[in-house]
Amino acid sequence: MSIPVRLPSALAAQTGGHRKLDAEGATVGAVLDDVVQRFPSVGPRLRDEAGALYPFVTVYLNDQDIRFADGFATAVREGDEVVIVPAVAGG
Amino acid sequence: MTDTLPLHEVSTTPALPELTSQEISRYSRHLLLPEVGVEGQRKLKAARVLLIGAGGLGSPAALYLAAAGIGTLGLVDFDVVDVTNLQRQILHGTSDVGRSKLASATDRLREINPLVRVEAHEVRFTAANALDLVRRYDLVVDGTDNFATRDLVNDAGVLAGVPNVYGSIFRFDGQASVFCTTHGPCYRCLYPEPPPPGLVPSCAEGGVLGVLPGLVGTLQATEAIKLILGIGEPLIGRLTLIDALGAQWRTVKVRRNPACPACGTRELQQLIDYDQFCGVSNVPTEVPVPEITPLDVAARLARNDDFDLIDVREPHEVRIAAYPARARVIPLGSLGEAIASLDAGRDIVLACRSGARSAKAVRQLQAAGFTRVWNLAGGILRWADEVDPSITKY
Repeated sequence: MSIPVRLPSALAAQTGGHRKLDAEGATVGAVLDDVVQRFPSVGPRLRDEAGALYPFVTVYLNDQDIRFADGFATAVREGDEVVIVPAVAGG
Repeated sequence: MTDTLPLHEVSTTPALPELTSQEISRYSRHLLLPEVGVEGQRKLKAARVLLIGAGGLGSPAALYLAAAGIGTLGLVDFDVVDVTNLQRQILHGTSDVGRSKLASATDRLREINPLVRVEAHEVRFTAANALDLVRRYDLVVDGTDNFATRDLVNDAGVLAGVPNVYGSIFRFDGQASVFCTTHGPCYRCLYPEPPPPGLVPSCAEGGVLGVLPGLVGTLQATEAIKLILGIGEPLIGRLTLIDALGAQWRTVKVRRNPACPACGTRELQQLIDYDQFCGVSNVPTEVPVPEITPLDVAARLARNDDFDLIDVREPHEVRIAAYPARARVIPLGSLGEAIASLDAGRDIVLACRSGARSAKAVRQLQAAGFTRVWNLAGGILRWADEVDPSITKY
């Protein structure tokens, strides 16, 4: 099952300029693992050494913050979309 | 002029100021909107809005809020207009370079709408003055440019009970929301902790599309006006994400966090040290990184001294302005992976555009055990001033 993942400008350098990727997985965590497997330098920009999502990065599944669902264990279904939004501070 | 119209029949809020005939003409297109009308325009005239930052976001927000007839616009900024601001900070023009941003902004806003009172606060927005400033206004528009000040704006808004119309930009991505309302979430509900310094580059380091603050700042002005008028669906509990490259706007939900120390548990009773909270002052300031001046590096190069010069900027920056060919380019983000290829037994000079990123690189190498590392003071900007005037400053 292929899930579109949208990446911010800040991560595009880690994915060869791609800002939208199709990734495989049954949960949000598995989908992100697939992205990280292909682009390893994305990993440390999303998760700390223990594998937890940084507090300054938000992952949305269909516009809902996964922290308020089951986190990385949140199940994904065909037609879902994952959006990664890091904190930015420019003004 | 005392040519006010007899509006008392329609007025339901007697405290609102009347509109002059000059104002009736100027705001005609607002008055024609049933959602605004005379009553709404009088609310705008009575409103006091504080814009923190007269830069990329503050520019379009201030221009539109002034044009819309907000009665009092407060501006907080302590900066001077730089030529690199003009690509996006449309409050300021070419002839304003070198002037204070507030002097430039005040002139421009008076030209747009002389009926608006501009209150210029030419100070750095700090924990010492934040509450005092915020309490004097009905709402705040956050156009600041760093995490520490954003947390400060948020906490001051929560403590003072003043809504914060938030906007933020980086490269091609923008965000906007409304925080610090009575029932909605705050900035800390969205981002409980700021990123450690150095992990997320600033616009000065990473760049920003000039029109992007136009999109986001204009959205902030829209939300500010809606809040003042009490119309529509404000961005409370929602975050609009603008992807300028993908031409995508999406709005995601932001929930109030019951454990939020600011708006949830309310354990935050007063403002804190935001530099410390954001880790900016983790490295004590009394231990500055070792520096070397451009002239000293140029002399070492001329002598063919045995040392390594490492340029931690991005390759596209190197194409704009390059250090001498001996410099090895290792972008700051890749330095960790490249450490194994560096020789700790040799002198290493780290360089970037202004000296900020290379100072981080010096600390990173020091943390990895390197002792003979120096920061090139002032980066390529100072190098251009003191060593090679043929280099283009950017």
